[in-house]
Amino acid sequence: MGANLLSNYGEAVAMILFGIGFSNLLFQRNLIKKIIGMNIMDTAIYLFLAEKGYIAGRIAPIIIDGDQSVERYINPIPSGLVLTGIVVSVSVTALMLSLTIRLYQRYHTVDLDKISTMLQKEGR
Amino acid sequence: MSEKKTHKQKFSEWFYGENDPFVAAMPVQEQKEHQVDEKTLQEYEKERAERHEKVFDIAHNGKIRAFRRSYRVLGVMMCLLMISILLLAVSYLPRTGNPANPDNNEVSRVYIENGLQDTGAVNVVAGMILSYRAFDTFGETNVLFIATCCVMILLMLDEKALHTSGLSNDRFYEPKNDWILQKIAKILVPIIFVFGIYVMLNGHISPGGGFSGGAILGAGMILYVNAFGFKKTQKFFNETVYKVIKVGALCIYGVLITYFFFMGANGLNNHIPLGIPGHILSAGLILPIDVLVGLEVACTMYAFYALFRRGGL
Amino acid sequence: MNFICNFPCFSIVLCIFGGIISSALKGRAAKYLNAFILAVVAVMSACVLGYTLQTGESFTYVMGRFPAPWGNEIRAGVLEGGMALFFSLIMILSLFAGREKLNEEVDPEKMNLYFIMINLLLSSLLALVYTNDLFTAYVFVEINTISACGLIMIRQTGRTIEAATRYMIMSLLGSGMLLMGICMLYDMTGHLLMENIHANVQILAESGQYHIPLMVTIGMICVGLAIKSALFPFHTWLPDAYGYSTVSSAAILSSLVSKGYIFLLLKIIYRVVGFDVIYGSRVTDILFVFGLAGMIMGSLSAIKENDIRRMIAFSSVAQIGYIYMGFGLGTQVAVVASVFHILSHAATKSLLFISASGLVDASGGSKKFIDLTGSGYRNKIAGVAFSVGALSMVGLPLFSGFISKLLFAQAAVRNSGKMLPTLIVLAISTILNAIYFMKTVIRIYTPVESEYPVIPVKRHKVFGLAMVCFIALNVFLGLCSDLVIRLIETGLSMFA
Repeated sequence: MGANLLSNYGEAVAMILFGIGFSNLLFQRNLIKKIIGMNIMDTAIYLFLAEKGYIAGRIAPIIIDGDQSVERYINPIPSGLVLTGIVVSVSVTALMLSLTIRLYQRYHTVDLDKISTMLQKEGR
Repeated sequence: MSEKKTHKQKFSEWFYGENDPFVAAMPVQEQKEHQVDEKTLQEYEKERAERHEKVFDIAHNGKIRAFRRSYRVLGVMMCLLMISILLLAVSYLPRTGNPANPDNNEVSRVYIENGLQDTGAVNVVAGMILSYRAFDTFGETNVLFIATCCVMILLMLDEKALHTSGLSNDRFYEPKNDWILQKIAKILVPIIFVFGIYVMLNGHISPGGGFSGGAILGAGMILYVNAFGFKKTQKFFNETVYKVIKVGALCIYGVLITYFFFMGANGLNNHIPLGIPGHILSAGLILPIDVLVGLEVACTMYAFYALFRRGGL
Repeated sequence: MNFICNFPCFSIVLCIFGGIISSALKGRAAKYLNAFILAVVAVMSACVLGYTLQTGESFTYVMGRFPAPWGNEIRAGVLEGGMALFFSLIMILSLFAGREKLNEEVDPEKMNLYFIMINLLLSSLLALVYTNDLFTAYVFVEINTISACGLIMIRQTGRTIEAATRYMIMSLLGSGMLLMGICMLYDMTGHLLMENIHANVQILAESGQYHIPLMVTIGMICVGLAIKSALFPFHTWLPDAYGYSTVSSAAILSSLVSKGYIFLLLKIIYRVVGFDVIYGSRVTDILFVFGLAGMIMGSLSAIKENDIRRMIAFSSVAQIGYIYMGFGLGTQVAVVASVFHILSHAATKSLLFISASGLVDASGGSKKFIDLTGSGYRNKIAGVAFSVGALSMVGLPLFSGFISKLLFAQAAVRNSGKMLPTLIVLAISTILNAIYFMKTVIRIYTPVESEYPVIPVKRHKVFGLAMVCFIALNVFLGLCSDLVIRLIETGLSMFA
């Protein structure tokens, strides 16, 4: 283990959340829980990015009093990446939820394994 | 049956396929159809039904239960393995909050020091995403657009189905014209709309921008629709208005952004005034793009809500 | 700067405009607009290819006033121009051939939404081909995923919606890993533009600083992209998605969608991380092993199938295994073989799907083998096209599949460590391919009395013309392969 594990505690928490979200998305049978896992995974990535931009003792990058010195502001790039990521995550969540609604209307279950079984019984 | 033939005759017979090597050279049986008697057929059917039931009888199948238990254990182990690899990687990454990190390099320095002069925006992040890295934001707006189209493919019902579907799901039993909701919405909705427009217009001066402002506007519209119903909302926001706003906003955004790319790449001056930093009418293209993006996001949020709830705008 | 240098940006933006305007049009107008845009994009890509061949080097195009590393950039060379031209050609041919089935299977109210998906899919493929920035690549990977999902579920049966759900779940796993890898790479290098990351990665690799995170990052990016392009253990969504969607969708999905991600992986290997670092990290060994496994397991699953379209879909799994095996071999020659196989597979697989739909039409709409017997006589052009595709897959000389297998074998022989497993698995997979493809070809040409009607060629002229073009493309790749290989090598030399 490297030296920075305790000082990078924010990123460590982000990685734990990423792992939890990833495993939920992969292993859960219930579609709604899969979508929640996907949201946890995406939120963990935004936490990681937010931690990356931070510099101790500096403020958000809105220019105040015309002071454009670098020592006053944090890194603005990760904030921009998070903005893009959040929009992508919202879009994909909406799409997955509408797929879930259509599947539920037809098969009356949100369990993906049961849906596959019903499809197999219909005859492949 | 054959007399003595010359080699030439034999060769030509073989070449033209007139010589059948199997005639009178091999015993051949009469072909008859494969008969299966009734009893065997019935046995086959019974076995197949039993097998079908055994495989698909999930509730009592012991093997499936054992598989599910081991699946859970294996899942948790894989999750722990992945987390430990990632934690190992994190422990070697640069320290958080350290100003000497690799990512605090000349790129962020130029953004902070020259951002105000290059883009005219006081909010360095807005200047970055809408003029230095404008292509990413354009792509992201298209992600929203295409997600709306996909949700429309799945959930949009046509006119006839829209009228009959209200009875079939439980929307029929939803309480309409709730008194508390309407009174509170009458007060809150204008405030929300004004706040949303404020956040949209102030994207380049303070934290905000098209995406946040649009989301607030969308939330205001969803509150209105919940309080007053779809009929009243369709008086000012129906499908035609939605299409016009969406296609118009995206087209104008595309034209502006293409003009910006073309002029910039070819080294031409794009004659867009940057204005005085800190004023509302400044920062070149950032203000119009914020407004357009905000309109599109508001339409998208409302469209998601309407499609999920009702199947149509 | 020459006006042609604007063409990559124009083609991407034109496709996006096409998608936006199609949302306000009706079905037929959207179809004509789409055909027009595809033609214009093909012409522009041909111009870019000609221009870069003439100048002999690739050019970068600054998106906006600010050069790298502060602004966004796209870069075009021989390989990018060639790929863009090829993708747009395959899309034109697939859409023309599948037009009538599209009118039958898709709700007319939602036809314009289908063409929005096609336009945005083409724009995301072009952006992935031309981009020089990792985060832009991620955003367009998401557009690619969502539009491919839209293509699958336009048909709206129970099976397609379940297939689309499984596809989205797998794709989101891959996207999550890709984004996490990009963020960690940004953390260690501080740049998002590919050339700048490359310079920093070289420094990091030499000094040995951040060695473990760098390896983990490369692993995450490679595995994320491999999940998205359906490498062996992550392929479970493929047969359903390709087997039950409408015909043009199946052709476009199998030929183009996975190839966009594979091209991005190629860019990351050459331009972001560098050849030496990736092959030193042994991640490519994992890709190699999974590629070999995919080649065999895909073919074995295809043999067991009873439905012709699922059989062709499983064959796709095997072919993607070939491409990853080429990446895993670790030499320039192997990468050339993989890129040639991308072209050959795209041309052949769409041919197979579309001709299979023609055969299915001649058998009363049933996809089972028992009903397909003798359909080669009922629908002559589809039968000939299917045979050409099958022979190309097996690897008969004259067709493109033979050249790609030859290139893979030549690349394997030059790599001493991995030569033996590669050659053995190549041989086994050729035999397995022959088993299920030849079985099908023999079956469709078995004369049998059937009550299904004969479909004359004259009634479906556009279908016939598209089939002839596909066959011509396949034979061109098979006969004029030297020209194509030289183009690929020139492109790869200016790619880094």
